[in-house]
Amino acid sequence: MEFGPHLLLASLEGAVSAAVLALTAMGLSIVFGVMRIVNVAHGEFFMLGAVLAWWIASMIGAHPAVGFVVAIVIAPLAVGVIAAVADKVILQRIGYDPERTIVATIGLLYILQQAALMTFGPDARPVTPPFNQRIDLPWFEFTKNGLGLFWPWGLSITSYKLFVVLAAILILTGVWLLMTRTRFGLIMRATQQDREMSQAFGVPVDNVFAYVFGLGAALAAIGAVLVVPVQQAHYLMGHDPLLLSFIVVIIGGLGSLPGTVIAAVLIGMSDGIISVFFSPTLAKIVATMAVAMVLVFRPQGLVGKAAS
Amino acid sequence: MRPSRLPIWGRPPMLKVDGIQVAYGKVQALFGVTLEVKPGEILCLLGRNGAGKTTVMKSIMGLLPLTGGAIFLNGEVISGIPAHEIPRKRIGYVPQGRRLFPELTVSENIEIGLLPCKSGSDTRDWVLEMFPRLRERLNQQAHTLSGGEQQMLAMARALCLHPQVLLLDEPTEGLQPSMIELIRQVTVNMKNEGLGVLLVEQRVDAVLSVADQVAFIEHGQNLESLSAEELRGDPDKIHRYLGV
Repeated sequence: MEFGPHLLLASLEGAVSAAVLALTAMGLSIVFGVMRIVNVAHGEFFMLGAVLAWWIASMIGAHPAVGFVVAIVIAPLAVGVIAAVADKVILQRIGYDPERTIVATIGLLYILQQAALMTFGPDARPVTPPFNQRIDLPWFEFTKNGLGLFWPWGLSITSYKLFVVLAAILILTGVWLLMTRTRFGLIMRATQQDREMSQAFGVPVDNVFAYVFGLGAALAAIGAVLVVPVQQAHYLMGHDPLLLSFIVVIIGGLGSLPGTVIAAVLIGMSDGIISVFFSPTLAKIVATMAVAMVLVFRPQGLVGKAAS
Repeated sequence: MRPSRLPIWGRPPMLKVDGIQVAYGKVQALFGVTLEVKPGEILCLLGRNGAGKTTVMKSIMGLLPLTGGAIFLNGEVISGIPAHEIPRKRIGYVPQGRRLFPELTVSENIEIGLLPCKSGSDTRDWVLEMFPRLRERLNQQAHTLSGGEQQMLAMARALCLHPQVLLLDEPTEGLQPSMIELIRQVTVNMKNEGLGVLLVEQRVDAVLSVADQVAFIEHGQNLESLSAEELRGDPDKIHRYLGV
């Protein structure tokens, strides 16, 4: 394949991972932004979403689409509820103290991971995509006869992958509308800016935190449900999303939602492209390097504001 | 005659702070403070920096746990209930340094004030009539306002609760004279509507012109409560308690 079509293919693959990463990192970013806590267990909520999606889809023997639709509704809800309970039972009890929260969420990470191992076993589980047509893509090239259109062998994407990108855009738009246009969004933003004054104006901060923690986990789970038909569900799959989400959130600016999306697209695309042309290891090296550079030259992140 | 025009004695206290003790961790800040705010009356809390004035305000709002004493509103105990339920009892708080939600717009800051008591758009119009300047800035983020406008917004946000009691913590700090006059006017109007006002203020001259009662507080204890008239007649007390 020529370089141009090859790059297009790599970019499309990158767009899929960027979409999933944007959802997952958005969850982490909202939790950090509103609650000011570092949630080390975030990747496990992603894993739980994926494993539950497989479990639900395999329970429902009907057409794969039915199982998938049920999974994308039920799995994030279930993961959100588990996270909200974990917030009430664990994090609220330790008063969201920064150090103790990190240790507690590390504990939560292992509890969720091992619970998934004991319940669902160590095997990687595939989920059948609800639809999966191959779409061949054309490429343009200047020939002797002017601009020509041809179909390079291997330049194609599946309809499901396009759906993942579209679904992520829709959900992120939904999150943005939730944050900016609804009363709950207003309450979340107020709590983020001044917890004490929110209480002085009747915001039940404890409950808001439980909802926010649940929402963050549910976003990771949605990303996971979308990705299992492409990847497989496995009890150790939470590591990469956790690392990449942290990279994205740091590059984008802690707690900045537009920054998170921009950084997710940057990291996701570069991860996809570098993985195709060179190696996935180099992709991770570049991403980590980018974090180091951001921390040195722009510690507040690309979009974040400097601490006043 | 309107109830607020009645003489101030003989009416039940609206807000009663009864011997409250408060500690920040192991450091005790209040050693038994007792205050009574009556309807249609401005009680001014005077004291040096660090005397515990702001701590009293925060304790009333339920933001600090009491280690002793109690707080009553119209005879009902309100200390110990969750902090987010205090504003629903219609206690409006204008904190020191204004503490607006800086990245929310003026309109959104007001909306936050409307939430606890589910006040409607008529309340919104009422506070915007009081501070017409805010109406021109509805879509501006709060941190872009001038100091005076920010103070207006902080007052407006608290008044959205239709409070029975208004807690004002240094509302005129750092403001130009015309703005101080406006804030003073609104405070006096609210008092005439029958609100109880607890005012913390550093500037004694500003206090003496608006206060009905004055309470001195020092090292987390209150020393003496007296009417503002008495204090006007005996300025020595100011020197003794405040060293000014």
